[in-house]
Amino acid sequence: MANDNATKLSKNLLRMKFMQRGLDAEVKKQLEEEEKRIISDEHWYLDLPELQAKENFIIEERSFVPCEDLVYGRMSFRSFNPEVEKLMVLMNTQKQGEEEEEKEEKDLTKMETDVTDEEMARRYESLVGSMKRKYATKRERSQMQDEDGKRMTETKVKKGFLKPQD
Amino acid sequence: MSDCLKEKVGEVLLPGDVFSLERKPEKVICGPGLRRNGDEILVCKSGIFRHKHPNMYWIDSQQKRYVPAKGESVIGIVTAKSGDVFKVDVGGSELASLSYLAFEGATKRNRPNVKVGDLVYAQFIIANKDMEPELVCMDSCGRANGMGVFGLGGLLMKVSLGLVRRLLVPQSALVKELEKVFPFEMVVGLNGRVWVKAQSTQHMLVLGNLLEGCENMTAQQRHAVFRRVADSTP
Repeated sequence: MANDNATKLSKNLLRMKFMQRGLDAEVKKQLEEEEKRIISDEHWYLDLPELQAKENFIIEERSFVPCEDLVYGRMSFRSFNPEVEKLMVLMNTQKQGEEEEEKEEKDLTKMETDVTDEEMARRYESLVGSMKRKYATKRERSQMQDEDGKRMTETKVKKGFLKPQD
Repeated sequence: MSDCLKEKVGEVLLPGDVFSLERKPEKVICGPGLRRNGDEILVCKSGIFRHKHPNMYWIDSQQKRYVPAKGESVIGIVTAKSGDVFKVDVGGSELASLSYLAFEGATKRNRPNVKVGDLVYAQFIIANKDMEPELVCMDSCGRANGMGVFGLGGLLMKVSLGLVRRLLVPQSALVKELEKVFPFEMVVGLNGRVWVKAQSTQHMLVLGNLLEGCENMTAQQRHAVFRRVADSTP
């Protein structure tokens, strides 16, 4: 009677989590295999040879504008419409500006330098001192400060006020 | 690779001509009239083969039918208002759509004042052979730059696409001669529509006739006509 009941349980019911405990190993395997089959059937794939990704050397351009460098389409002459004349100047110089920029970029093989080599050298000279101080131990630092202090006092002595002569 | 292309520059080519390029790492930009087919370049319009440094090639052809291309500025006629887009006739195979938000300063509350029958100067932001073209009346920064509704009291006419390009070429000889005739204003759309406005209707008609006449004239003939117009008008 109990056996008959077990066979009547549907597969979907057996697949549920709480039914897994009572199942024996064989039935479990069977269920798993079935599940796998279902999944693999559902996953389609294209039966095609793999496409090679080639770099495209031919670029298509549908418009005449970049080909012939066509200008802005609104125009006014002899100050018939000053607003449009302003726009014309603006739009047509924009295009020229872009072209000039491109040329300039090509010309600039050497970078412009804001800082000359000499300035750079001077800067690094002072940098050596400050970097040295940074990595010095405490004792060394205090010594250095003493030296500086001595120098300071020396200079102070030199700069002391002079008594005004009556 | 570009050698076989350079040989043909300046020659007349016909649809069906093929440039087969052996593979070399060199980029080629094929403009209007040329089509890519794998590693070949096919000619699909008849005309003169042109080249621009460094690697731009195209066919300089004469035609009257406009095919929308992305980035081109055109003159459209608003033919319908449907919901939040305007349908604009640009002379292509299909009406272009123009969103009411694609105007300078337009918001959902502040709709632009566009009526059916208005002329708009706009540029294509989507122009695909399989899809409805889409226009905008502002640039990428949101400024109008002269685009939008225009055309109060002017004259609109249709010319060939070749003539339009001759008008828009930098330092165009044709425009230089036209501006000597009288003061006027002109809007040139790449779809072959030209709108002119001058002080009087007579002047506009003269300009219109001159433009239409320029279509098939040599430079000498044109000089003669312009001289005659200049003499006859005070």
